[in-house]
Amino acid sequence: MSNPRILAIETSCDETAAAIVEGGKTLLSNVVASQIEIHKRFGGVVPEVASRHHVENMTAVIEETMSSAHVTYEDLDAIAVTEGPGLVGALLVGVNTAKALAYAHQRPLLPVHHIAGHIHAADLIADIKYPAMALVVSGGHTSLIYMPERGEYEVIGETRDDAVGEAYDKVARTLKLPYPGGPEIDRLAANGEVTIDFPRAWLEADSYDFSFSGLKSSVLNYIHNANQRKEEVIQENVAASFQASVVDVLVERAQRAVSAYQAQQLIVTGGVAANHALREAMGKTFPNDGDVELVIPPLSLCTDNAAMIGAAAQVVWEKDVRAGYDLNGQPGLAIK
Amino acid sequence: MILAMDTSTYVMGVALGNMDAVKAEWTTYEKKNHSLRLLPGIDHVMKSINSDPSELKGIAVTSGPGSYTGVRIGVATAKTMASTLDLPLYDISTLEALACNRRFANGFICPFIDARRGQVYAAVYESNEGELHTVYKEKLWLMDDLLAVLAEASTSVHFLSLDIDFHRENIQQVLGSTATFADPVDRRVKPGEILRLAEKIEPVANIHAFSPRYLQLAEAEKNWRKAQGYHE
Ligand SMILES: [Zn+2]
Repeated sequence: MSNPRILAIETSCDETAAAIVEGGKTLLSNVVASQIEIHKRFGGVVPEVASRHHVENMTAVIEETMSSAHVTYEDLDAIAVTEGPGLVGALLVGVNTAKALAYAHQRPLLPVHHIAGHIHAADLIADIKYPAMALVVSGGHTSLIYMPERGEYEVIGETRDDAVGEAYDKVARTLKLPYPGGPEIDRLAANGEVTIDFPRAWLEADSYDFSFSGLKSSVLNYIHNANQRKEEVIQENVAASFQASVVDVLVERAQRAVSAYQAQQLIVTGGVAANHALREAMGKTFPNDGDVELVIPPLSLCTDNAAMIGAAAQVVWEKDVRAGYDLNGQPGLAIK
Repeated sequence: MILAMDTSTYVMGVALGNMDAVKAEWTTYEKKNHSLRLLPGIDHVMKSINSDPSELKGIAVTSGPGSYTGVRIGVATAKTMASTLDLPLYDISTLEALACNRRFANGFICPFIDARRGQVYAAVYESNEGELHTVYKEKLWLMDDLLAVLAEASTSVHFLSLDIDFHRENIQQVLGSTATFADPVDRRVKPGEILRLAEKIEPVANIHAFSPRYLQLAEAEKNWRKAQGYHE
Protein backbone atom coordinates (compact mmCIF):
# COMPACT_ATOMS: atom_id res chain seq x y z
CA MET A 1 0.00 0.00 0.00
CA SER A 2 1.52 3.29 -1.05
CA ASN A 3 -1.03 5.72 0.38
CA PRO A 4 -1.65 4.55 3.91
CA ARG A 5 -3.96 6.56 6.12
CA ILE A 6 -2.07 7.34 9.29
CA LEU A 7 -3.30 8.70 12.62
CA ALA A 8 -0.40 10.65 14.13
CA ILE A 9 0.13 11.85 17.68
CA GLU A 10 2.51 14.51 18.99
CA THR A 11 3.09 15.44 22.66
CA SER A 12 6.80 16.23 22.85
CA CYS A 13 6.44 19.62 24.50
CA ASP A 14 3.36 21.68 25.33
CA GLU A 15 1.00 20.97 22.42
CA THR A 16 -1.34 17.98 22.59
CA ALA A 17 -1.85 17.17 18.93
CA ALA A 18 -3.34 14.54 16.62
CA ALA A 19 -3.80 14.46 12.86
CA ILE A 20 -4.72 12.12 10.05
CA VAL A 21 -2.55 12.18 6.96
CA GLU A 22 -2.96 10.12 3.81
CA GLY A 23 0.07 9.08 1.80
CA GLY A 24 2.24 11.60 3.62
CA LYS A 25 0.74 14.40 1.53
CA THR A 26 -2.97 14.82 2.17
CA LEU A 27 -4.08 16.26 5.45
CA LEU A 28 -7.51 14.94 6.46
CA SER A 29 -7.61 16.57 9.88
CA ASN A 30 -5.27 18.38 12.22
CA VAL A 31 -6.10 19.19 15.84
CA VAL A 32 -3.82 20.97 18.29
CA ALA A 33 -4.73 21.69 21.91
CA SER A 34 -2.22 24.34 22.87
CA GLN A 35 -1.11 24.85 26.46
CA ILE A 36 0.56 28.21 25.84
CA GLU A 37 -1.97 30.10 27.96
CA ILE A 38 -1.39 27.69 30.85
CA HIS A 39 2.40 28.00 30.81
CA LYS A 40 2.45 31.79 30.26
CA ARG A 41 2.20 32.54 33.95
CA PHE A 42 5.24 30.36 34.66
CA GLY A 43 7.30 32.18 32.02
CA GLY A 44 8.04 28.92 30.20
CA VAL A 45 6.94 25.34 29.78
CA VAL A 46 6.82 23.42 33.08
CA PRO A 47 7.29 19.71 32.28
CA GLU A 48 5.10 18.31 35.06
CA VAL A 49 2.28 20.72 34.21
CA ALA A 50 2.59 19.87 30.51
CA SER A 51 2.43 16.13 31.20
CA ARG A 52 -0.70 16.55 33.31
CA HIS A 53 -2.47 18.48 30.61
CA HIS A 54 -1.49 15.98 27.92
CA VAL A 55 -3.23 13.21 29.88
CA GLU A 56 -6.29 15.38 30.30
CA ASN A 57 -6.56 16.46 26.66
CA MET A 58 -5.31 13.49 24.68
CA THR A 59 -8.38 11.31 24.11
CA ALA A 60 -10.64 14.28 23.36
CA VAL A 61 -8.11 15.56 20.81
CA ILE A 62 -8.01 12.15 19.13
CA GLU A 63 -11.78 11.87 19.01
CA GLU A 64 -12.04 15.31 17.44
CA THR A 65 -9.37 14.37 14.89
CA MET A 66 -11.26 11.23 13.94
CA SER A 67 -14.64 12.91 13.66
CA SER A 68 -13.46 15.92 11.70
CA ALA A 69 -11.76 13.61 9.17
CA HIS A 70 -14.97 11.52 9.01
CA VAL A 71 -13.04 8.27 9.40
CA THR A 72 -13.33 5.25 11.66
CA TYR A 73 -10.51 3.00 12.86
CA GLU A 74 -11.41 0.60 10.06
CA ASP A 75 -10.20 3.28 7.64
CA LEU A 76 -6.79 3.65 9.32
CA ASP A 77 -3.68 1.74 8.32
CA ALA A 78 -1.28 2.75 11.08
CA ILE A 79 -0.76 4.78 14.24
CA ALA A 80 2.27 7.08 14.38
CA VAL A 81 3.75 8.90 17.33
CA THR A 82 6.64 11.20 18.21
CA GLU A 83 9.19 8.97 19.95
CA GLY A 84 11.59 11.85 20.75
CA PRO A 85 13.33 14.14 21.33
CA GLY A 86 11.36 16.20 23.83
CA LEU A 87 10.26 16.31 27.46
CA VAL A 88 10.25 12.72 28.67
CA GLY A 89 7.06 12.93 30.72
CA ALA A 90 5.24 14.63 27.87
CA LEU A 91 6.50 12.14 25.27
CA LEU A 92 5.37 9.22 27.42
CA VAL A 93 1.75 10.32 27.30
CA GLY A 94 1.70 10.35 23.50
CA VAL A 95 3.70 7.14 23.19
CA ASN A 96 1.45 5.19 25.55
CA THR A 97 -1.68 6.60 23.98
CA ALA A 98 -0.44 5.56 20.53
CA LYS A 99 0.46 2.08 21.75
CA ALA A 100 -2.97 1.64 23.32
CA LEU A 101 -4.61 2.66 20.02
CA ALA A 102 -2.34 0.40 17.97
CA TYR A 103 -3.09 -2.49 20.29
CA ALA A 104 -6.82 -1.87 20.58
CA HIS A 105 -7.25 -1.80 16.79
CA GLN A 106 -4.37 -4.12 15.91
CA ARG A 107 -2.61 -1.60 13.69
CA PRO A 108 1.12 -1.16 13.11
CA LEU A 109 2.91 1.46 15.21
CA LEU A 110 5.26 3.92 13.53
CA PRO A 111 7.92 5.71 15.62
CA VAL A 112 8.68 9.23 14.38
CA HIS A 113 11.54 11.61 15.13
CA HIS A 114 10.24 15.05 16.07
CA ILE A 115 12.74 16.89 13.88
CA ALA A 116 11.96 14.67 10.91
CA GLY A 117 8.39 15.76 11.57
CA HIS A 118 9.32 19.44 11.34
CA ILE A 119 11.15 18.78 8.07
CA HIS A 120 8.41 16.73 6.44
CA ALA A 121 5.85 19.43 7.18
CA ALA A 122 7.22 20.57 3.81
CA ASP A 123 5.70 17.46 2.15
CA LEU A 124 2.26 18.82 2.98
CA ILE A 125 2.76 21.97 0.88
CA ALA A 126 5.39 21.08 -1.73
CA ASP A 127 7.40 18.26 -3.23
CA ILE A 128 10.77 18.00 -1.52
CA LYS A 129 13.55 17.86 -4.10
CA TYR A 130 16.68 16.00 -3.06
CA PRO A 131 19.38 16.71 -2.18
CA ALA A 132 17.70 19.09 0.23
CA MET A 133 18.81 21.17 3.20
CA ALA A 134 16.62 21.90 6.22
CA LEU A 135 17.06 24.60 8.82
CA VAL A 136 15.01 23.64 11.87
CA VAL A 137 14.64 26.51 14.30
CA SER A 138 12.47 26.40 17.40
CA GLY A 139 12.43 26.78 21.17
CA GLY A 140 14.22 23.47 21.53
CA HIS A 141 16.21 23.10 18.33
CA THR A 142 18.58 24.88 15.98
CA SER A 143 19.85 22.39 13.42
CA LEU A 144 20.98 22.25 9.84
CA ILE A 145 20.11 18.90 8.34
CA TYR A 146 21.28 17.63 4.99
CA MET A 147 19.12 15.10 3.17
CA PRO A 148 20.87 13.41 0.23
CA GLU A 149 17.68 11.50 -0.45
CA ARG A 150 14.28 10.78 1.04
CA GLY A 151 14.56 9.28 4.52
CA GLU A 152 18.25 10.12 5.02
CA TYR A 153 19.13 12.80 7.52
CA GLU A 154 22.59 14.06 8.30
CA VAL A 155 22.96 16.72 10.97
CA ILE A 156 25.70 19.04 9.71
CA GLY A 157 25.25 21.83 12.24
CA GLU A 158 23.63 22.31 15.64
CA THR A 159 23.57 24.83 18.41
CA ARG A 160 26.37 24.44 20.94
CA ASP A 161 24.38 26.15 23.68
CA ASP A 162 20.94 27.76 23.53
CA ALA A 163 18.39 26.97 20.86
CA VAL A 164 17.46 30.11 18.96
CA GLY A 165 13.95 30.15 20.43
CA GLU A 166 15.45 29.86 23.91
CA ALA A 167 17.60 32.94 23.26
CA TYR A 168 14.45 34.80 22.19
CA ASP A 169 12.65 33.79 25.37
CA LYS A 170 15.53 34.86 27.61
CA VAL A 171 15.95 38.22 25.91
CA ALA A 172 12.17 38.72 26.06
CA ARG A 173 12.17 38.00 29.78
CA THR A 174 14.87 40.63 30.33
CA LEU A 175 12.77 43.12 28.36
CA LYS A 176 9.86 42.10 30.63
CA LEU A 177 7.87 40.77 27.68
CA PRO A 178 5.48 37.86 28.15
CA TYR A 179 6.25 34.24 27.22
CA PRO A 180 6.68 33.07 24.48
CA GLY A 181 9.23 35.70 23.55
CA GLY A 182 9.57 35.11 19.81
CA PRO A 183 6.40 36.80 18.55
CA GLU A 184 6.83 39.65 21.07
CA ILE A 185 10.36 40.49 19.96
CA ASP A 186 9.38 40.10 16.32
CA ARG A 187 6.54 42.59 16.85
CA LEU A 188 8.76 45.12 18.65
CA ALA A 189 11.56 44.75 16.12
CA ALA A 190 9.22 45.68 13.30
CA ASN A 191 9.03 49.20 14.81
CA GLY A 192 12.69 49.49 15.71
CA GLU A 193 16.01 50.17 14.07
CA VAL A 194 19.26 48.26 14.19
CA THR A 195 21.25 50.70 16.34
CA ILE A 196 23.30 48.33 18.48
CA ASP A 197 26.04 46.13 17.08
CA PHE A 198 25.44 42.87 18.93
CA PRO A 199 27.96 40.08 18.25
CA ARG A 200 27.51 37.32 15.67
CA ALA A 201 29.07 34.02 16.67
CA TRP A 202 30.63 32.86 13.42
CA LEU A 203 32.66 30.08 15.10
CA GLU A 204 35.24 28.23 12.98
CA ALA A 205 35.29 29.07 9.26
CA ASP A 206 34.07 25.64 8.15
CA SER A 207 31.58 25.07 10.93
CA TYR A 208 27.83 24.95 10.45
CA ASP A 209 27.21 25.03 14.21
CA PHE A 210 25.43 27.81 16.04
CA SER A 211 25.98 29.59 19.33
CA PHE A 212 23.53 32.07 20.81
CA SER A 213 24.58 32.30 24.45
CA GLY A 214 27.19 35.02 23.73
CA LEU A 215 24.61 37.10 21.92
CA LYS A 216 22.09 36.57 24.69
CA SER A 217 24.62 37.66 27.37
CA SER A 218 25.58 40.65 25.31
CA VAL A 219 21.95 41.81 25.10
CA LEU A 220 21.47 41.19 28.82
CA ASN A 221 24.66 43.18 29.60
CA TYR A 222 23.57 46.03 27.36
CA ILE A 223 20.25 46.37 29.17
CA HIS A 224 21.85 45.98 32.57
CA ASN A 225 24.48 48.66 31.84
CA ALA A 226 21.92 51.06 30.42
CA ASN A 227 19.77 50.62 33.52
CA GLN A 228 22.80 51.25 35.78
CA ARG A 229 23.59 54.45 33.93
CA LYS A 230 19.91 55.31 34.04
CA GLU A 231 19.87 55.57 30.27
CA GLU A 232 16.67 54.89 28.41
CA VAL A 233 16.49 51.47 26.76
CA ILE A 234 14.63 51.68 23.48
CA GLN A 235 13.09 48.23 23.49
CA GLU A 236 12.23 48.32 19.80
CA ASN A 237 15.85 48.98 18.87
CA VAL A 238 17.18 46.31 21.20
CA ALA A 239 14.72 43.84 19.67
CA ALA A 240 15.60 44.85 16.11
CA SER A 241 19.34 44.69 16.79
CA PHE A 242 19.12 41.31 18.53
CA GLN A 243 16.97 39.94 15.74
CA ALA A 244 19.35 41.25 13.08
CA SER A 245 22.20 39.34 14.68
CA VAL A 246 20.18 36.11 14.86
CA VAL A 247 18.96 36.39 11.28
CA ASP A 248 22.43 37.19 9.91
CA VAL A 249 23.84 34.02 11.41
CA LEU A 250 20.94 31.80 10.33
CA VAL A 251 21.04 33.10 6.77
CA GLU A 252 24.81 32.83 6.48
CA ARG A 253 24.84 29.23 7.70
CA ALA A 254 21.95 28.20 5.47
CA GLN A 255 23.45 29.85 2.42
CA ARG A 256 26.88 28.32 2.94
CA ALA A 257 25.42 24.86 3.62
CA VAL A 258 23.13 24.94 0.60
CA SER A 259 25.96 25.82 -1.72
CA ALA A 260 28.53 23.42 -0.22
CA TYR A 261 26.08 20.50 -0.41
CA GLN A 262 24.54 21.62 -3.70
CA ALA A 263 21.06 21.35 -2.29
CA GLN A 264 18.15 21.96 -4.63
CA GLN A 265 15.90 23.13 -1.86
CA LEU A 266 16.10 24.87 1.49
CA ILE A 267 13.35 24.06 3.98
CA VAL A 268 13.05 26.50 6.88
CA THR A 269 10.81 25.12 9.59
CA GLY A 270 10.10 25.04 13.34
CA GLY A 271 8.39 27.65 15.49
CA VAL A 272 11.01 30.36 14.80
CA ALA A 273 10.32 30.02 11.06
CA ALA A 274 7.25 32.13 11.82
CA ASN A 275 9.57 35.09 12.42
CA HIS A 276 8.97 37.90 9.92
CA ALA A 277 12.53 39.14 9.74
CA LEU A 278 13.82 35.62 9.13
CA ARG A 279 11.27 34.93 6.41
CA GLU A 280 12.07 38.21 4.71
CA ALA A 281 15.83 37.70 4.83
CA MET A 282 15.55 34.13 3.56
CA GLY A 283 13.24 35.30 0.79
CA LYS A 284 15.82 37.85 -0.34
CA THR A 285 18.71 35.38 -0.20
CA PHE A 286 16.81 32.64 -2.00
CA PRO A 287 14.60 34.50 -4.50
CA ASN A 288 11.85 32.78 -6.51
CA ASP A 289 13.88 32.90 -9.72
CA GLY A 290 17.06 31.59 -8.05
CA ASP A 291 18.72 28.17 -8.28
CA VAL A 292 17.61 27.06 -4.86
CA GLU A 293 13.94 26.74 -4.00
CA LEU A 294 12.93 28.06 -0.60
CA VAL A 295 10.14 26.17 1.21
CA ILE A 296 8.70 27.58 4.42
CA PRO A 297 5.57 25.80 5.66
CA PRO A 298 2.73 27.97 6.94
CA LEU A 299 2.79 28.90 10.61
CA SER A 300 0.31 26.19 11.67
CA LEU A 301 2.64 23.51 10.25
CA CYS A 302 5.84 25.15 11.59
CA THR A 303 4.93 25.15 15.26
CA ASP A 304 4.50 21.73 16.89
CA ASN A 305 1.62 19.76 15.37
CA ALA A 306 0.79 16.16 14.49
CA ALA A 307 0.22 16.70 10.76
CA MET A 308 3.99 16.92 10.33
CA ILE A 309 4.37 13.69 12.34
CA GLY A 310 1.89 12.03 9.98
CA ALA A 311 3.89 13.26 6.98
CA ALA A 312 7.18 11.99 8.43
CA ALA A 313 5.48 8.71 9.39
CA GLN A 314 5.00 8.05 5.67
CA VAL A 315 8.80 7.80 5.36
CA VAL A 316 8.90 5.39 8.31
CA TRP A 317 6.14 3.35 6.65
CA GLU A 318 8.04 3.23 3.36
CA LYS A 319 11.22 2.10 5.13
CA ASP A 320 9.21 -0.72 6.73
CA VAL A 321 10.16 0.37 10.24
CA ARG A 322 7.65 -0.67 12.93
CA ALA A 323 7.81 -0.16 16.68
CA GLY A 324 7.03 -2.85 19.24
CA TYR A 325 4.74 -2.50 22.24
CA ASP A 326 7.82 -1.69 24.31
CA LEU A 327 8.24 1.66 22.54
CA ASN A 328 9.47 4.25 25.02
CA GLY A 329 9.77 8.02 25.00
CA GLN A 330 13.34 9.03 24.06
CA PRO A 331 14.08 12.56 25.32
CA GLY A 332 17.48 12.74 23.61
CA LEU A 333 16.75 10.73 20.46
CA ALA A 334 19.19 11.39 17.61
CA ILE A 335 17.94 11.71 14.02
CA LYS A 336 19.18 9.23 11.42
CA MET B 1 -14.01 -9.68 30.93
CA ILE B 2 -12.25 -6.67 32.42
CA LEU B 3 -8.63 -5.68 31.88
CA ALA B 4 -7.04 -4.24 35.03
CA MET B 5 -3.71 -2.46 35.29
CA ASP B 6 -1.59 -0.87 37.98
CA THR B 7 1.50 1.25 37.30
CA SER B 8 1.43 3.51 40.33
CA THR B 9 4.54 2.14 42.02
CA TYR B 10 7.62 0.38 40.69
CA VAL B 11 5.76 -2.92 40.85
CA MET B 12 3.60 -3.27 37.80
CA GLY B 13 0.58 -5.52 37.48
CA VAL B 14 -1.97 -6.53 34.88
CA ALA B 15 -4.97 -8.83 35.27
CA LEU B 16 -7.86 -10.17 33.22
CA GLY B 17 -11.11 -11.51 34.53
CA ASN B 18 -14.07 -10.51 36.63
CA MET B 19 -15.51 -10.94 40.10
CA ASP B 20 -16.11 -14.67 39.57
CA ALA B 21 -12.76 -15.58 38.14
CA VAL B 22 -9.34 -14.10 37.65
CA LYS B 23 -8.27 -15.48 34.29
CA ALA B 24 -4.73 -14.14 34.10
CA GLU B 25 -2.50 -12.06 36.30
CA TRP B 26 1.02 -10.76 35.70
CA THR B 27 3.25 -8.79 38.04
CA THR B 28 6.81 -7.53 37.59
CA TYR B 29 9.16 -6.04 40.16
CA GLU B 30 11.93 -4.55 38.04
CA LYS B 31 12.58 -0.88 38.71
CA LYS B 32 12.23 0.01 35.05
CA ASN B 33 10.12 2.42 33.07
CA HIS B 34 6.57 1.09 32.88
CA SER B 35 6.36 2.20 29.27
CA LEU B 36 8.66 -0.73 28.39
CA ARG B 37 6.42 -3.28 30.11
CA LEU B 38 2.79 -2.21 30.31
CA LEU B 39 1.55 -2.94 26.81
CA PRO B 40 3.82 -5.99 26.39
CA GLY B 41 2.27 -7.18 29.68
CA ILE B 42 -1.26 -6.59 28.46
CA ASP B 43 -0.45 -8.36 25.20
CA HIS B 44 1.07 -11.22 27.18
CA VAL B 45 -1.93 -11.85 29.47
CA MET B 46 -4.37 -11.52 26.57
CA LYS B 47 -2.44 -14.03 24.50
CA SER B 48 -2.08 -16.38 27.48
CA ILE B 49 -5.85 -16.90 27.40
CA ASN B 50 -6.18 -16.63 23.61
CA SER B 51 -8.15 -13.45 23.84
CA ASP B 52 -8.08 -10.20 21.87
CA PRO B 53 -9.22 -6.63 22.51
CA SER B 54 -12.66 -7.23 20.99
CA GLU B 55 -13.49 -9.52 23.92
CA LEU B 56 -12.94 -6.84 26.56
CA LYS B 57 -15.97 -5.56 28.45
CA GLY B 58 -14.26 -2.94 30.58
CA ILE B 59 -10.96 -1.37 31.63
CA ALA B 60 -9.90 -0.77 35.24
CA VAL B 61 -6.91 1.24 36.36
CA THR B 62 -5.37 2.46 39.57
CA SER B 63 -5.28 6.22 39.11
CA GLY B 64 -3.02 6.96 42.05
CA PRO B 65 -1.80 8.19 44.34
CA GLY B 66 1.67 7.10 43.35
CA SER B 67 4.51 7.95 41.03
CA TYR B 68 3.31 10.73 38.72
CA THR B 69 4.95 9.29 35.63
CA GLY B 70 3.90 5.75 36.47
CA VAL B 71 0.29 6.67 37.06
CA ARG B 72 0.19 8.72 33.86
CA ILE B 73 1.33 5.73 31.83
CA GLY B 74 -1.45 3.60 33.28
CA VAL B 75 -4.13 6.25 33.03
CA ALA B 76 -3.17 7.29 29.48
CA THR B 77 -3.26 3.65 28.36
CA ALA B 78 -6.49 2.80 30.18
CA LYS B 79 -8.41 5.88 29.15
CA THR B 80 -7.31 5.54 25.54
CA MET B 81 -8.41 1.90 25.39
CA ALA B 82 -11.72 2.62 27.07
CA SER B 83 -12.39 5.63 24.89
CA THR B 84 -11.37 4.07 21.58
CA LEU B 85 -13.11 0.72 22.20
CA ASP B 86 -16.12 2.41 23.77
CA LEU B 87 -15.80 0.46 27.02
CA PRO B 88 -16.62 1.42 30.60
CA LEU B 89 -13.61 2.68 32.57
CA TYR B 90 -13.23 1.95 36.29
CA ASP B 91 -11.23 4.31 38.45
CA ILE B 92 -9.62 2.52 41.39
CA SER B 93 -7.62 4.06 44.22
CA THR B 94 -4.15 2.57 44.49
CA LEU B 95 -4.46 2.76 48.28
CA GLU B 96 -7.82 1.00 48.38
CA ALA B 97 -6.54 -1.74 46.10
CA LEU B 98 -3.55 -2.16 48.40
CA ALA B 99 -5.75 -2.20 51.51
CA CYS B 100 -7.63 -5.18 50.06
CA ASN B 101 -4.64 -7.36 50.93
CA ARG B 102 -5.84 -7.07 54.57
CA ARG B 103 -9.56 -6.89 53.99
CA PHE B 104 -10.34 -9.44 56.68
CA ALA B 105 -8.17 -7.83 59.33
CA ASN B 106 -9.37 -6.46 62.66
CA GLY B 107 -8.47 -2.88 63.48
CA PHE B 108 -7.25 -0.21 61.12
CA ILE B 109 -5.75 -0.91 57.70
CA CYS B 110 -3.29 1.72 56.58
CA PRO B 111 -1.84 1.50 53.06
CA PHE B 112 0.67 4.22 52.23
CA ILE B 113 3.13 5.33 49.57
CA ASP B 114 6.19 7.37 50.45
CA ALA B 115 6.00 10.92 49.11
CA ARG B 116 9.43 12.14 50.32
CA ARG B 117 10.31 14.75 52.93
CA GLY B 118 8.57 12.82 55.69
CA GLN B 119 5.32 12.74 53.77
CA VAL B 120 3.16 9.82 52.68
CA TYR B 121 0.08 9.33 50.56
CA ALA B 122 -2.10 7.34 52.90
CA ALA B 123 -5.65 6.36 53.75
CA VAL B 124 -7.09 4.45 56.68
CA TYR B 125 -9.77 1.79 56.32
CA GLU B 126 -11.69 -0.56 58.56
CA SER B 127 -13.01 -3.91 57.51
CA ASN B 128 -16.47 -5.32 57.94
CA GLU B 129 -16.68 -8.93 56.73
CA GLY B 130 -14.23 -8.26 53.95
CA GLU B 131 -15.74 -4.92 52.90
CA LEU B 132 -13.57 -1.87 53.42
CA HIS B 133 -14.92 1.33 54.94
CA THR B 134 -12.99 4.54 54.90
CA VAL B 135 -11.91 5.93 58.26
CA TYR B 136 -9.57 8.64 56.87
CA LYS B 137 -9.78 9.55 53.22
CA GLU B 138 -6.67 9.32 51.07
CA LYS B 139 -4.52 12.43 51.21
CA LEU B 140 -0.97 13.62 51.57
CA TRP B 141 0.02 13.31 55.23
CA LEU B 142 3.09 14.16 57.21
CA MET B 143 3.88 10.69 58.55
CA ASP B 144 4.22 12.18 62.04
CA ASP B 145 0.71 13.65 61.86
CA LEU B 146 -0.74 10.38 60.59
CA LEU B 147 0.92 8.42 63.38
CA ALA B 148 -0.33 10.88 66.00
CA VAL B 149 -3.89 10.38 64.75
CA LEU B 150 -3.49 6.60 64.69
CA ALA B 151 -1.98 6.57 68.20
CA GLU B 152 -5.11 8.21 69.60
CA ALA B 153 -7.37 5.49 68.24
CA SER B 154 -5.58 2.84 70.32
CA THR B 155 -6.48 0.00 68.01
CA SER B 156 -4.20 -2.28 66.03
CA VAL B 157 -2.99 -0.84 62.73
CA HIS B 158 -1.94 -2.93 59.72
CA PHE B 159 0.52 -1.12 57.49
CA LEU B 160 0.86 -2.04 53.83
CA SER B 161 3.49 -0.39 51.68
CA LEU B 162 6.44 -1.08 49.43
CA ASP B 163 8.10 1.70 51.41
CA ILE B 164 7.62 0.12 54.86
CA ASP B 165 11.33 -0.03 55.59
CA PHE B 166 11.75 3.77 55.33
CA HIS B 167 9.12 4.29 58.00
CA ARG B 168 9.21 1.15 60.17
CA GLU B 169 11.30 2.65 62.96
CA ASN B 170 9.20 5.77 63.21
CA ILE B 171 5.97 3.75 63.22
CA GLN B 172 7.22 1.38 65.90
CA GLN B 173 8.38 4.24 68.07
CA VAL B 174 4.94 5.86 68.07
CA LEU B 175 2.60 2.86 67.94
CA GLY B 176 4.68 0.11 69.54
CA SER B 177 3.11 -3.32 69.38
CA THR B 178 -0.25 -2.11 68.00
CA ALA B 179 1.45 -1.75 64.60
CA THR B 180 1.83 -4.75 62.31
CA PHE B 181 3.59 -4.81 58.96
CA ALA B 182 2.50 -6.67 55.88
CA ASP B 183 4.72 -9.42 54.51
CA PRO B 184 6.52 -8.55 51.27
CA VAL B 185 3.94 -10.41 49.17
CA ASP B 186 1.20 -8.16 50.53
CA ARG B 187 3.01 -4.86 50.20
CA ARG B 188 2.07 -4.34 46.60
CA VAL B 189 -1.20 -4.01 44.73
CA LYS B 190 -2.54 -7.35 43.53
CA PRO B 191 -4.03 -6.81 40.09
CA GLY B 192 -6.82 -9.29 40.80
CA GLU B 193 -8.07 -7.01 43.59
CA ILE B 194 -8.51 -4.20 41.05
CA LEU B 195 -10.87 -6.46 39.10
CA ARG B 196 -12.87 -7.18 42.24
CA LEU B 197 -13.15 -3.52 43.19
CA ALA B 198 -14.09 -2.50 39.64
CA GLU B 199 -17.22 -4.61 39.67
CA LYS B 200 -18.53 -2.82 42.75
CA ILE B 201 -18.45 0.71 41.39
CA GLU B 202 -19.99 2.84 38.68
CA PRO B 203 -17.75 3.49 35.68
CA VAL B 204 -16.18 6.92 35.09
CA ALA B 205 -18.87 9.27 33.75
CA ASN B 206 -16.64 11.33 31.46
CA ILE B 207 -13.70 9.33 30.13
CA HIS B 208 -12.11 12.30 28.33
CA ALA B 209 -11.92 14.29 31.56
CA PHE B 210 -10.49 11.39 33.55
CA SER B 211 -7.18 12.23 35.18
CA PRO B 212 -4.83 10.73 37.80
CA ARG B 213 -5.24 11.40 41.53
CA TYR B 214 -2.13 13.45 42.13
CA LEU B 215 -3.24 14.67 45.60
CA GLN B 216 -0.74 17.52 45.15
CA LEU B 217 -0.40 20.44 42.80
CA ALA B 218 2.64 20.49 40.55
CA GLU B 219 5.55 22.24 42.28
CA ALA B 220 5.48 25.20 39.87
CA GLU B 221 1.73 25.57 40.42
CA LYS B 222 2.22 25.59 44.19
CA ASN B 223 4.88 28.28 43.97
CA TRP B 224 2.79 30.35 41.60
CA ARG B 225 -0.22 30.19 43.89
CA LYS B 226 1.91 31.16 46.85
CA ALA B 227 3.24 34.16 44.92
CA GLN B 228 -0.33 35.16 44.10
CA GLY B 229 -1.23 35.12 47.79
CA TYR B 230 -3.44 32.01 47.78
CA HIS B 231 -3.55 30.08 51.03
CA GLU B 232 -3.40 26.31 50.95
ZN1 LIG C 1 9.21 21.15 17.63
